[in-house]
Amino acid sequence: MTDATANAPGLPGETHDAPVRASKSLYELDALTRKRNASELRFKSYGIVAVLIGLSFLVALLYAILSNGSVAFTQTFVQVSIPLDQAKIEAAEASVVKTTAYNALIDAALQEKLAAAGITTDMKPADLRKMLSSGAATQVREHVLKNPGDIGKTVSFDIYAAARVDGYLKGRVTREALANDKNLDAAHLDIVDKLLDKGTVERRFNWDFILGSDASDSRPEKAGIGVAMIGSFYMMLVVLFLSLPIGVAASIYLEEFAPKNRFTDLIEVNIANLAAVPSIVFGILGLAVFIQFAHLPQSAPLVGGLVLTLMTLPTIIISTRAALKAVPPSIRDAALGVGASKMQSVFHHVLPLAMPGIMTGTIIGMAHALGETAPLLLIGMVGFIASNYPDGVTAGFLSPNSAMPAQIYEWAKRADPAFYEKAWGGIIILLCFLLAMNIIAIILRRKFERRW
Amino acid sequence: MSFPFILLVILGLAVLGYFAGRMRALKSAGGDPRHMHSLPGYYGWHVSLLVLVPSALVLAAWLLIQPVIINSQVSAMISPDAIAKSSLDLVLSDVRRVADGLDLAVANGVMADEQARSIRTELTDVRGRLGEIGVALGSDVTAETLRAAQKYREIASTGNLLRSALVILVALGGFAYAVLVTNKDFRARNRVEQIVMAMLVCAASIAILTTAGIFFSLVFNTIEFFQLYPASDFFFGMTWSPSFHGGSSLGIVPLLWATFYISIIALLVAVPIGLFAAIYLSEYASPTVRAVAKPLLEVLAGIPTIVYGLFALLTVGPALVSLFGENGALGLNWMQGGTAVMTAGLVMGIMIIPFMSSLSDDIINAVPQSLRDGSLGLGATHSETVKKVILPAALPGIVGAFLLSASRAVGETMIVVMGAGAAAKFSLNPFEAMTTVTAKIVSQLTGDADFASPEALVAFALGMTLFVITLGLNIIALYIVRKYREQYE
Repeated sequence: MTDATANAPGLPGETHDAPVRASKSLYELDALTRKRNASELRFKSYGIVAVLIGLSFLVALLYAILSNGSVAFTQTFVQVSIPLDQAKIEAAEASVVKTTAYNALIDAALQEKLAAAGITTDMKPADLRKMLSSGAATQVREHVLKNPGDIGKTVSFDIYAAARVDGYLKGRVTREALANDKNLDAAHLDIVDKLLDKGTVERRFNWDFILGSDASDSRPEKAGIGVAMIGSFYMMLVVLFLSLPIGVAASIYLEEFAPKNRFTDLIEVNIANLAAVPSIVFGILGLAVFIQFAHLPQSAPLVGGLVLTLMTLPTIIISTRAALKAVPPSIRDAALGVGASKMQSVFHHVLPLAMPGIMTGTIIGMAHALGETAPLLLIGMVGFIASNYPDGVTAGFLSPNSAMPAQIYEWAKRADPAFYEKAWGGIIILLCFLLAMNIIAIILRRKFERRW
Repeated sequence: MSFPFILLVILGLAVLGYFAGRMRALKSAGGDPRHMHSLPGYYGWHVSLLVLVPSALVLAAWLLIQPVIINSQVSAMISPDAIAKSSLDLVLSDVRRVADGLDLAVANGVMADEQARSIRTELTDVRGRLGEIGVALGSDVTAETLRAAQKYREIASTGNLLRSALVILVALGGFAYAVLVTNKDFRARNRVEQIVMAMLVCAASIAILTTAGIFFSLVFNTIEFFQLYPASDFFFGMTWSPSFHGGSSLGIVPLLWATFYISIIALLVAVPIGLFAAIYLSEYASPTVRAVAKPLLEVLAGIPTIVYGLFALLTVGPALVSLFGENGALGLNWMQGGTAVMTAGLVMGIMIIPFMSSLSDDIINAVPQSLRDGSLGLGATHSETVKKVILPAALPGIVGAFLLSASRAVGETMIVVMGAGAAAKFSLNPFEAMTTVTAKIVSQLTGDADFASPEALVAFALGMTLFVITLGLNIIALYIVRKYREQYE
C-alpha cells in the first residue's frame, strides 16, 4: 500500500534486504504494512465497540424500564356482589368507625362468593379479607354515598386486590416469599388461583394508575400518578409563560441590539455559566429566595415553576439566539431599506422567521424541565402525599402538590416493592410525555425550518 | 380585593387604553393617519404600556415587601421566651397557620369576621374550632400566638387594601398621562420603542440577577453557618456525622472524597466510550450509520436523571451484588448492598457518554479538512491521521469537553441520592456505600430541621463548595474551548 515506495530498493540502510523486497509483488504486504493495517483495523473496531456499548446501554435501560414498568398499568380486581341492605348501611353510617361496618358487608359477600364457587376454607373472614385492598371499605362507602339510589339493591363491585395478590399474578411475589410475610399466606393464593379460573379475579388495564392520586404506604395498589401529573402541568404552564417571553426578549436584545461592551459581556458570561450550574444549586436558590425570603408556599407548583424557569432560561436563550442568527441579514437590510425602524425590522420580520427555531428550543427546554427532579426536592415537592386534585386554578398554582419525577422518587423511596413497579410505570408515562414533546419539536423543525 | 381581580382590572384598563389612545390620536389628526407622526397603533400601545408597566412594577414590589414588613411587625410581638423554646421561624409559621385557619373559618362562615378578630384563647378552644373546618394544628394555640395571628390578619388585610388602591391608582395615573400627551405630533413610535428596549434589557439582566441570587443566597447562609460552626472544622474535618441534638461533626472531606471517587469512575466509563464513539462517528462511519447512531446515543442525554437513579437503585445495584456480593457469581463477597460507589459511578458514566461524545464530535469536526488531507497525502493510514494529527490538534477542545463532563458528574444529584448510599465513609473499596456533597445537600434540607441550626445551614456551605468547584471547571473549560475555536476560525 502506501509504504511501498518508502521501502523501495536503493534506499540507504536498507540495502541488505532490498533484493528480497524487490522480488516481491506490490500485492504482497510486508510485515510493517501488515502491522499498520492491523493497527488501523484495531483502532476502527475500538470505535465500533464504543458505539455498540453506548447503544447497548440504551437498550438495557429501555428494556429495564419496559419490562419492569409495563405491569404497572394492569391491576388485579376481585369481583364481589354486595347486597347494600338499607338497615345495615344506616347502621354503618351511624357508627364511629364506619369502615369496620362496611368491612362486615364485604366479608359476608366474599364468603358467599367462595361458597358459590365451591371453595372451602377455614380462614377467618378478617384474614380472608387480606386478599383485598385495605381501601375496599372506603371504595364501597364512596359508591354508596355517590349513588344513594343503589341502597337496597345488590351491586357488583370490582374491588382492588391487595398489592401482594396483584404481585403474585404478575410474578413478583412467590409462595416462598410469603412464608415470612404476615400480610398474606400461601392459602390465600390457592383461593386466588381457584377464583381466577372462575373469572372472579381478573387482571385488567388500570386507568386509576394514570389518572388517580397517590395512596398511603399501606396501599400501593391504589397509588396513581394523575395528581402529580396535574402538578407538573401547572409547573410547565409557569415555565412556558415566563421563560418563553423572557428568553426571547433577552435573546433579541443580545443578538440584535446589544452594543459590544462590558455589560453585554457580563450577561453573556453569566448565561454560559448558568447553563452549566448543577440543577441542585437552583433548588438552593429557590429555597432561599422564594420560600425563605419571599414566603411563597412550600411544595407549590408556582415555586417549582419559578425555579425551573430560571433553570431553563439559559437553554432557551442559547437556542433562540441560534435561531435569530440563522435569519439572513438580507431580511433585516430589506426591512430597513423600505423605511422600517430597527425595532420594526426585528419584530415584524426577523422574529416571525425565527419562530420555528424558537419553538423547537423552547419545547426541548421544557422537556428538560419536566424531567428535572433535584431542585424540586429542596422546595418540598417530595414527602407529600398528593391525594387530592387541586380545586380551581389558583389552588392548582398555590396549594401543595407533587410533580411526576418527584412522585417517582417518592415511590422509589418507599419500602414495599409494589411501589417500585409503580415507579417504573411512572417513568414510562414521563418518557411518553418527553417523547411526545421531542417529536413535536422535530416535526416543527422539519416542517417549518427554512434553509437560506 | 383579590389578586386575580387586580390583574383583570389592570388588563382591562390596558385594553381600554389602547383604543382610547388610538382614537384620540386619530381625532387630533382629523381622522387621517397621514398627518400623524406614527402609525395609529403605536399611540394605542403607548397608553397600554404606560398602564401596564408601572402598575405591574408596583404590584411586584409590594408582593415582595409586604411579607417582610408583616414578619418584622409580628415577630416584634413575640416574647423572647417563646423564641427560646423553639425558634422564631417555627413560631412565625404557627402564627401564619392560625391566621390562615381564621381566614378559612371566616370564608366558610363558621366564624363571623368580628369574632375572628376578637376571640381569646381563655374563652374559646381555638384549636378545636379550627379543627372542625379541617385546619389541623400541632399544639394548642397560646394566647400570644393567637394575638399575633390576629395582628397578622389585620396588617395583611390593610396591606391588601392599600395594595389594590395604590396599584389601580398608578394604572389610572399612567392612563391619564398617556392619553393627555397623545396628539398627532406626539412621537409615539419612538416612545414605545424606548419602553420595549428597556424591557428587553431587563429581560437580559435576569441572567445576572439569577447568578447574583445564587451567589447571595449561598454566601449569606454560609456566613451564618460559619458563625455557628468553625470553617476550619468544616473544610478539614475528616468525619461527617450530623445529629440533630447538637454536637455534630460536619467535615466535608469524606463527602468530597466520595464525590470525586464516583466522578472518576463515571469519567473512566464515559471518556473512552464517548471519545472513541465520537472518533468513529465523525471519521469512519458512513452517513447512514452516523444518521442513526448519533441521535440514538443522544437519546441517553435526553433521559431524565430520575430514570438513571431508579436504574441504579433497582437494576444495576442488584446486578452488581449478584456478581460481586456475598454468594455472588464471582464468589468475591466485596459488596454488601446494592447502593455503592460503583453503582452510582457506572450509571453516571452512562449518562455522561452522550455529553462527552457530542462535545468531542463537534470539536473533531472543527479540525480543518486540510490537516486530514495533508496527513493522508503523506501516506499515513486513517488511524495514524487520527492519532497523530487530529487528536493533538483537537486536544485542547477535548480537555474542555472532559472538564465539562467532570463538572456534570460532580454536580449530579439524583443518581447519587438513589444509588450511592447514605453513610459518609472513607474507603478505597468502590463496592462500598458512600455519600456525596449533592446527596447530603438534599438530605440536610429535606428533613424537618430548623433552618437556623448548623445541621441545616451546612447544606448552604456544601452548596457553596459545589458551586465554586463546578464554576471553576466550567470557566476553565469554556475558556479552553473558546481559545481553541478561535485558533481555527
